[in-house]
Amino acid sequence: MARAATTTDAFNAVAEPRRRQILDLLAGGERSVTELVELLDLAQPLVSKHLRVLREVGLVEVREEGRQRMYRLNGTPLKVIHDWVKTYEQTWSARFELLDDVLAELKEGEGDGDQ
Amino acid sequence: MATSNSAKVTLPSDTEILITRDFDAPRHLVYRAYTEPELLKRWWAADRGKVDSIEMDVRVGGAWRYVMTANGGFEVAFHGEFTEVVPDERLSRTEIFEGAPDAPAVSTCTLTEQDGRTRMEILVRHQNKQNRDIHLNSGMEDGMQEALDYLEQVAIGLA
Repeated sequence: MARAATTTDAFNAVAEPRRRQILDLLAGGERSVTELVELLDLAQPLVSKHLRVLREVGLVEVREEGRQRMYRLNGTPLKVIHDWVKTYEQTWSARFELLDDVLAELKEGEGDGDQ
Repeated sequence: MATSNSAKVTLPSDTEILITRDFDAPRHLVYRAYTEPELLKRWWAADRGKVDSIEMDVRVGGAWRYVMTANGGFEVAFHGEFTEVVPDERLSRTEIFEGAPDAPAVSTCTLTEQDGRTRMEILVRHQNKQNRDIHLNSGMEDGMQEALDYLEQVAIGLA
């Protein structure tokens, strides 16, 4: 099932290749927007747009340094969301395996009723 | 027919959780297993504990409540009321975890049938991201860490 086209979700935020590239660059250390524009060879408005999306989901943090805005990586949202979802998903998988058994019995019962 | 046993959990937005699973059974049976207390008792606690009681008054405005004893020995309860009831097709309800009563959610279970198989989609909507995150996090608090040891393949791949 496709997710809604929102960018306020860490999974969507990293689905965009350019944003992954930005995260890779920031993994090497803090960068200014100007540096990112040069390294990515992209127009500044586009880089700023990607950075805004990454900031909204908490994957990058920003601080002012003189007239420069310096960006750094914060990988915690990914790890944390990943762990949450994984455990939650496990619970539902376990439930649904038991539900499979219940359904198999109901189907059998219904089959008997029909005959 | 082989069924993938993994539930698929996605986060469609900051405030939502979507759980999807296909079942090898027609949807009126899935609906029964989802709404009849004696059937619910057999699967809802999963491996996390034992269901103590389930009350279901399946009609708009009717109340529901699930109580289970988790493996850690403590009681966990959820309750709410039904807001939309379309038999065999759709069930919406408010959902309150009694351990965090200030964070009510609305969950909608939709069943679609094709060739005798049924897709179940449960969309849980929270009022804000923080409440949703608490909900997702709830499994981590009662000794579920060991569950990580036998996790199946996670449906969501991190890039």
